[in-house]
Amino acid sequence: MSTLDTLENSLLADIAAASDEQAIEAVRVAALGKKGSVSEMLKTLGSMSAEERQVKGPAINGLKNRVTEALTARKTELKDVAITVRLAAEKVDVTLPVRQSPAERGRIHPISQVTDEITAIFADMGFSVAEGPDIETDYYNFTALNFPEGHPAREMHDTFFLNSADGNQPKLLRTHTSPVQIRTMEAQKPPIRIVIPGKTYRMDSDATHTPMFHQVEGLVIDKTANVANMRWVLEEFCKAFFEVPSLKMRFRPSYFPFTEPSLEVDIQCDRSRPGEVRFGEGNDWLEILGCGMVHPNVLRFGGLDPDEYQGFAWGMGIDRIAMLKYGMPDLRAFFDADVRWLQHYGFRPLDLPTLFGGLSA
Amino acid sequence: MKFTLSWLKDHLETEATLGEIVERLTSIGLEVESVDDKSSLKPFVIARVLTAVQHPDADRLRVLTVDTGDGRSPVQVVCGAPNARAGLVGAFAAPGTYVPGIDVTLAVGKIRGVESHGMMCSERELELSDEHDGIIDLPEDAPVGTSFASYAHLDDPVIEIGLTPNRPDATGVHGIARDLAASGLGRLKDGKIEPVAGTGACPVKVTIEAPDLCPGFALRRVAGVNNGHSPKWLQQRLIAIGLRPINALVDITNYVTFDRGRPLHVFDARKVAGNLVVRRAKDGEKVLALDGREYALTPDMCAIADDNGVESIAGVMGGEHSGCDETTTDVLIESALWDPIVTARTGRELGIITDARYRFERGVDPEFMVPGLELATRLVMDFCGGTPSETEVVGYASHQPKIVSFPVSEVKRLTGLDVPKAESLDILKRLGFGPNGSGDVVDVSVPSWRPDVDGKADLVEEVMRIHGVDEIVPQPLASHGTVNGKILTTLQIRSRAAKRALAVRGMMEAVTWSFIPARHAEIFGGGQSGLKLANPIAADMSDMRPSLLPGLIAAAQRNADRGFGDVALFEVSGTYEGDTPETQRRVAAGIRRGTAKLEGAGRSWAGNAQNVGVFDAKADAFAVLEACGAPVDRLQVEAGGPAWYHPGRSGVIKLGPKTVLGHFGEFHPKTLEVLDVSGPLAGFEVFVDAVPEPKAKPTRTKPKLELSAFQAVKRDFAFVVDRTVEAGTLTRAALAADKKLITGVSVFDIFEGASLGDGKKSIAIEVSIQPVEKTLTDEDFEALAGRIVENVKKQTGGVLRG
Repeated sequence: MSTLDTLENSLLADIAAASDEQAIEAVRVAALGKKGSVSEMLKTLGSMSAEERQVKGPAINGLKNRVTEALTARKTELKDVAITVRLAAEKVDVTLPVRQSPAERGRIHPISQVTDEITAIFADMGFSVAEGPDIETDYYNFTALNFPEGHPAREMHDTFFLNSADGNQPKLLRTHTSPVQIRTMEAQKPPIRIVIPGKTYRMDSDATHTPMFHQVEGLVIDKTANVANMRWVLEEFCKAFFEVPSLKMRFRPSYFPFTEPSLEVDIQCDRSRPGEVRFGEGNDWLEILGCGMVHPNVLRFGGLDPDEYQGFAWGMGIDRIAMLKYGMPDLRAFFDADVRWLQHYGFRPLDLPTLFGGLSA
Repeated sequence: MKFTLSWLKDHLETEATLGEIVERLTSIGLEVESVDDKSSLKPFVIARVLTAVQHPDADRLRVLTVDTGDGRSPVQVVCGAPNARAGLVGAFAAPGTYVPGIDVTLAVGKIRGVESHGMMCSERELELSDEHDGIIDLPEDAPVGTSFASYAHLDDPVIEIGLTPNRPDATGVHGIARDLAASGLGRLKDGKIEPVAGTGACPVKVTIEAPDLCPGFALRRVAGVNNGHSPKWLQQRLIAIGLRPINALVDITNYVTFDRGRPLHVFDARKVAGNLVVRRAKDGEKVLALDGREYALTPDMCAIADDNGVESIAGVMGGEHSGCDETTTDVLIESALWDPIVTARTGRELGIITDARYRFERGVDPEFMVPGLELATRLVMDFCGGTPSETEVVGYASHQPKIVSFPVSEVKRLTGLDVPKAESLDILKRLGFGPNGSGDVVDVSVPSWRPDVDGKADLVEEVMRIHGVDEIVPQPLASHGTVNGKILTTLQIRSRAAKRALAVRGMMEAVTWSFIPARHAEIFGGGQSGLKLANPIAADMSDMRPSLLPGLIAAAQRNADRGFGDVALFEVSGTYEGDTPETQRRVAAGIRRGTAKLEGAGRSWAGNAQNVGVFDAKADAFAVLEACGAPVDRLQVEAGGPAWYHPGRSGVIKLGPKTVLGHFGEFHPKTLEVLDVSGPLAGFEVFVDAVPEPKAKPTRTKPKLELSAFQAVKRDFAFVVDRTVEAGTLTRAALAADKKLITGVSVFDIFEGASLGDGKKSIAIEVSIQPVEKTLTDEDFEALAGRIVENVKKQTGGVLRG
């Protein structure tokens, strides 16, 4: 065996034996460093004869290349091992829980969500959204809506009054959203198509009545709007809101001072399953809204000529239709802010009701 | 309004079934609220007692064998009634029957050791009357084995309608029959009443001193009456609709009230002193009414008085003193007209609800005042005998019917229904209206029993409800012909955005009452007299809220009391600075309690949540402002807030020197004490309506994006300043040092320690620098740093920390 072969065997053995990056570096310096064994050999080429160099040259350079390759390979190998060891040491228990995102924890109250659902549907039918104050005058809440002074219909409303200042007629908490009909007529010329969601107040308290509740009013005024149009609007609304392909509705003649003719509307449903209401099937009738043609006197109070303009209006309980759709059993819980109730019946903040994405899906 | 089917058929000739009648009533606007078809009485059958022997172990019980007529052997029944005897025919209930009067479902049982297979019932047990002295004792020939209810005419279904306030005519069965007949469900029987001739003038005269309260009064005496029980059929009808039979005279007034919607009153003529006068009551004048209670009247109320004083509260309730009982021999029958508004107000103020008030406040038929009296006279004579006087009628000017000019085309215009003109007019005629004329516009006279009909729209309703609402085919509302644009106002958009922005921060939306306890309102700057309810539903719901915070804080405490102390709640709603539309504010408010931080509450292996504090509230407030489109980079935060906050841990957010957009902070311990709650708590309010309206822009194009080609760098500085220097002042000073190069300044450390000296602190900032024209040299950086240090020193007195 030549000296070169011996050297190569010895170096390759050293490389293989190197167990970390430090050891491999030592082997490299010992072989290829300035004074390394291979470098020393290369230096001898200068003093060789041309013939000798022709033989020894490629042999020594070959040795150098092979050692270099072996060093690189071993280095990579050692690096991989080191990474594997480090990764093993870095292992964590990924089953540990993470905190829920705030967007998942937050909740939108059913009243806000249902108001958005209502808005989405009526927006599609060309309506705008109007609002009005909670504290009203007798004029807007009653007189302008054709409630005659002393009429029993005023009593149906169980009105909250504020303390009156200096013997003035006391202000009151609006008993319905209808005052905004007058405010809208005062502010805007027909055609009018608005819905008016808002808080309303009556002195009443049981499982389905609270002293504060929410209504949405609708008002359409132009030169042709009639009961047939009203039926269409309300039927389309109910189908869209309850998200059923068809729905049977019953329009019953009724009485409200501010509409003539007046109607109450029941929807057909099935309440045979405890705690659940299904629409579009069954044998029960549930009253959901009152409506009618705007009374000529109300149009006059709004500054419109009832022989030129006509229209219809309706009012329905937001809380009530929310309860019907989503099954809350008790209205009082709407206003208790119990986080368990909100967590269960509330809506996630990014669930935005749209018609294109489905109201509640 | 309640009535029975047979009663209805007194006035309506019809083949319609109960179901058809009920459905029709609802569809013409007389909404049926309930129907009692009396099926609960079906199980009771007529049975004959065959034998009755003494119970072996009980003195007062007897053991009967009873033939129930089902063809099987007689059953054994133990009975305690004194009249139980062999041969008695009565009403029997088999085991399994529910007996309403004792609220028990019968079972086979042993009574003192003897088996009993059912029960012989008393009238009280069937809720027919209060009679309980013995079991029902029927005539010998009552058919054993058949239904007792149908034998006794107790199977008469009871219908209750929920009457709207505009229909006084339907407070009587006759008026209901008229509506049904008009709708084609039968023929209305003639309700005409023959006058009863009287002998001699009515001995009691009537003077009306308050003609504005009483537009008519009719009175008549019937002498020599025998006021016993009214006939069984009448008693049964009254019981069926929930009235208690009293005596014949009183029962007659109740009967006419329901039969014709005509309330009457009867005085015992021998208890009336002198003549009657109709007048306003004197202030504080007292009367003992028929309900046994004494009422103090006011001059706004109408009274009928004699020489003794007030004998009756007009239109509402009669007086006890001159009431009729079984000793009455001479009766005065009153049929009068009372002002609806005064009657309603009197009843409301005295808290009296009667069948008379119910009718007078809706407006009774003035033309039926005298016929109603004639009808009552006839019934009195039929049931009690006696001799009537002539009728005294005072103050009544005959009725002038309203005439409504009715373009028949209004039906089509308002409802969309195509009803032929002839049919429209025919419907009106059937309801008692008098159409007159042949043109497109006809004059329609309104019957005296329909005070609610004033105009043509009312007539449209009459035609619509009788022709049938179901005939109206839905018609789409015309499209605007364009895509609907933005339909929400800025305030509505911001309210929605605020809600979603807060919910995304892990908060739950609450809806709390607009009225709060007075103490809560006061401590949050409210409680003014003009914002208090005159008639709150509860003492702690008395004041319109000046702030959303007290309601939310109270809600958080309720949750804490249930074991959920870490809650984050918000509300976007109204507060009330005054009672005008302009002073109702739109506010977004939120509170966090316990450890309910943005990242989550409570303990975690990755780090426990700390208690909430002022900075959590500040972050929430800014999130709302950002969602509402407020210019957050131009807002100022000033230390301190309204009195309900912790003075050292609260702030006010302002836009310019005047516009307050909100405040935030932890709460003053006194606030928590008044609210009776415990912390940690922090909250905020943002005035959504105070955020300025965005400027209208001519284009939606966003400004051109300029990206620098040079590397952005960051440099840190620490300044020692007086402890009172606010970080906001220092960061603004640093920013202002070079508005072109410096793109941001953030505070990354606050340090206070003895090494800095008394009353000093260190504020460390990181300055973001974006070169725009060239890469900055060391000299450039030094110059920039110099400007920063200089400006900070100028604005805050701070020096670079060594």
